[in-house]
Parts: sequence; structure tokens; C-alpha cells
Amino acid sequence: MRTNADCVIIGGGVIGAAVAYNLAKGGMTNCVLLESKYLSSGATGRCGGGIRQQWSTEPNAQLAMDSVRIFKTLEEELDTDIEFLQGGYLVLAYTDEDVEQFHKNFELQRRLGLDVEILQPEEIATRVVRQLNTDGVRMATYCPSDASANPFLTTKAYADAAVKLGVEIELFTPVTRILREGNRIVGVETERGIINTPRVVNAAGSHSVLLARTVGVEIPITPYRREILVTEPLERFLDPMIISFSFGIYFRQVKHGSVIGGFAYPDEKPGFNEESSVDFLTMMSHKLSFLMPALKHVKVVRQWAGLYDVTPDAQPIIGETDGVDGLFQASGFSGHGFMIAPKASSLLAQLILGQKPDLDIDRLNVRRFSEGDIDLDHSVV
Amino acid sequence: MKDDVIICRCEDITYGEIVEAIDSGLTTLDELKRVLRTGMGPCQGRTCSRLIARIITERVGGEVADMRFLLDRPPTMPVEIGILAGKNDED
Repeated sequence: MRTNADCVIIGGGVIGAAVAYNLAKGGMTNCVLLESKYLSSGATGRCGGGIRQQWSTEPNAQLAMDSVRIFKTLEEELDTDIEFLQGGYLVLAYTDEDVEQFHKNFELQRRLGLDVEILQPEEIATRVVRQLNTDGVRMATYCPSDASANPFLTTKAYADAAVKLGVEIELFTPVTRILREGNRIVGVETERGIINTPRVVNAAGSHSVLLARTVGVEIPITPYRREILVTEPLERFLDPMIISFSFGIYFRQVKHGSVIGGFAYPDEKPGFNEESSVDFLTMMSHKLSFLMPALKHVKVVRQWAGLYDVTPDAQPIIGETDGVDGLFQASGFSGHGFMIAPKASSLLAQLILGQKPDLDIDRLNVRRFSEGDIDLDHSVV
Repeated sequence: MKDDVIICRCEDITYGEIVEAIDSGLTTLDELKRVLRTGMGPCQGRTCSRLIARIITERVGGEVADMRFLLDRPPTMPVEIGILAGKNDED
């Protein structure tokens, strides 16, 4: 393990791997990425792999749209298959609140140039998906350029490309604390020794809170368990991700053929619990049987859980920490880190490299939470 | 062993593919599962895990007994969504 680095990235999820790659691509190659287990063993590897641009706040929508632009050529750039597919996202509205919010979202997204459209329930079968039960659906929005990809392959692709450029990746290397002298970062202490560095990227998802605390910094991230299941593989029949915030569901068919999906259990308590529950399995099966009756005879192969690292406004915390020079935060992605990783990591790398980020990310700095008004994103599933 | 011998019969993953992945640096069952899908099929690794564990030790050393095996994820056997949803949902 290197003992001196220009930057140490903590966390081997898609964010950490993509930040490492973008730093090295920008010329900072003496970086070390530390991961306590193996790549994408945390939230990244447990996520649904959706890439949605339909958000209700401008920063999330902009980050997602720019990320899709990067995703489109990422397989070429990283020279490997990540199962990227622009199958679209169909978002279903069931309530008055949904309808009102969807129109607001539509206005914002169209203003930003997104190819989103409003569909009436009867248009869904002919335009998007034939097998969907639209009982109770008031309207839907559909964005054909929304996409999906394989989170494991994407993280590995970023990591492999970073290593080729000179980054060192140390797996199974838990960080015990970040080292600070006065108002600046001086190193990282791991279970395998110390790395001296003036810069640390805290990209450890829900565990970022605990790491920040080792240098006396509090970041407002709360972990919530989110559960998910996967079925046996089926012949290709479904291209878009189908989601609803009020009904509470997201599901899609992955390249391998399985249907993968989940929902946020409404009474979930905050905490680091990653156990699977029978309640989730039965409730999710109810939801799937209702929305797509043909799936009743399809078998569930596996269920698991992961953690959303949720911030008060459901937007990520990206940027340097006031009062601690060299401590960069890249967490709090609130369940949508995978889909905005390409742009978020590129912007953070620009900031670390001393360049002007090509999108204003100052508003994503952690200091926003001590300045009052926050702009909650309503489009979290 | 011949490269084309199938080790993971759920996902049709061969000995050759597994050796190649191990040699590329994926030296745990968890990492191989996420990249090759060994252990993601209907048997959830009950058939192939011990075989793969032995191949790992042959390539990089160590003992099968010391190896971290895949977590058991529910359900134990694949179950139909309609059955999990309960009979009340049948139409």
C-alpha cells in the first residue's frame, strides 16, 4: 500500500470508483481508493440500476441529464460492457398530489430540455408497455431517454480504468479514522497502516457520517434500509423502468432477463439494518401482481437490502468542507447515486483539481443545511 | 480440468471463465458472483460455491475452510409471486 498520495478516496462504490477515475484522467494519478470490503459491496451493488432524469429539483435533474450524456459513451470510454440501455422510465400518478407535482416536474424537465412527455392511462398500453394494469392510474410521464445499466459492471469499469491510469485500489482495507491537523487534512489511518495525504474524498455512503465524525465534522445523512427482489429470468418483454412514488414501487427487466424491483417500506426506521424481511417480500409481490398480473406465475429467486444515505433535501452532498481544507464530501445520494455518478464524480474531480466545475455545484455543499431554506426533491422512490 | 467444464450450472459459467476472473483479481466468492453471476441463479450458489472456493484456493492459495461464503438470501427456493402475494389476489 502506498504511504503517500495526492488524494485518498474512501469507498469502493460507483461514486468512489468514478471520482478516482476522473481524478486520474485529469492528471492526479497518485490516488488511493480504500474499500472496507470489495467493490460495490455497499449501496451501489444493492441498487436497482435505474438511470432516471425525471426529477423535481433542478440540481438532481441536471446531474442526471448530464450523466446520461456521459453514460451514452461510457462503454466506449472505459472500453467495456456495462449493460447500458435507454429503455425509458414510465412514472405513474395515482393521486391529486401526484398529478399536481407531475405537471410541475414536467415544466421543469422540459425547460431543461428533457424529452419527457405526458401520457394518458389509455396511451400506456400502445406507447410503452402492454402488460401493465392501469387501474387507478390518473396520468403518467414517460421519458424514452431514461436508462439503466449494471451497477457492478459500471463500478468495475471505472475502477479498472482508474487502475490503468495509475490509481491504487486497496480492497478489504477498513479506514479507522481520517487524520487532521488544525484546519487541514493530513492523512488516513487504515487497519493496514497510515497514508499521508492532503486530500480525502469521503464517499462511504451512510458510513460517511461516521468517518466525518473522526475529524469533528457532522454531515446530515440518515441511513434507511431499502429492500429489493429479483425473479427468475424471462424472455425480453419490458424495456422501461416502471415507477410510482405514491403507489410505492419501481421495477424493470435487467439484461439477463430477471425482473428486479422494490419499494420504500413506509414505516422503515432509520439505522444500519440490512436484513431482508418477509413483509417486504409479500407486499412487493402484492404490488407486482396488481400492476402486472402476468408476473404472478414468475418466481422470486432472491431478495436483499441496502441502505439509502438520505439527506434532508434528498440531494447529494458534494464539495469541500468549510473549516477542514482537503476534506471533500461525496455522499448523501439518497438512493440515486448510481444514476448521477458520472456527472457528480466529474464535477467533484474538477473541484479537487482546482478547475472550475462546468456545472455549479456550490449549492450541493453541506453548508446549505446550516443556511436555512432547502429544496426537497419529491421524486424519490 | 478442461476450460469448458461447467461449474455454475444455473448460469452456465465454465471453469475457464472462473479461472480467468480469479486471475484478473476477483479472488472472493462475493466478487465473482457480482461479475460472473455465479450464485445468482435458482440454486443461489449451493451447487457451485464449494467448487469455486476450491478453484480460488488452487489459484491464489489459502484454505476453503477460511473462506467467506455467500450470504444466504431468502427465499430458500424460488417461489411464485402469486403465491407470495396470497390467495386473495387470485382473479
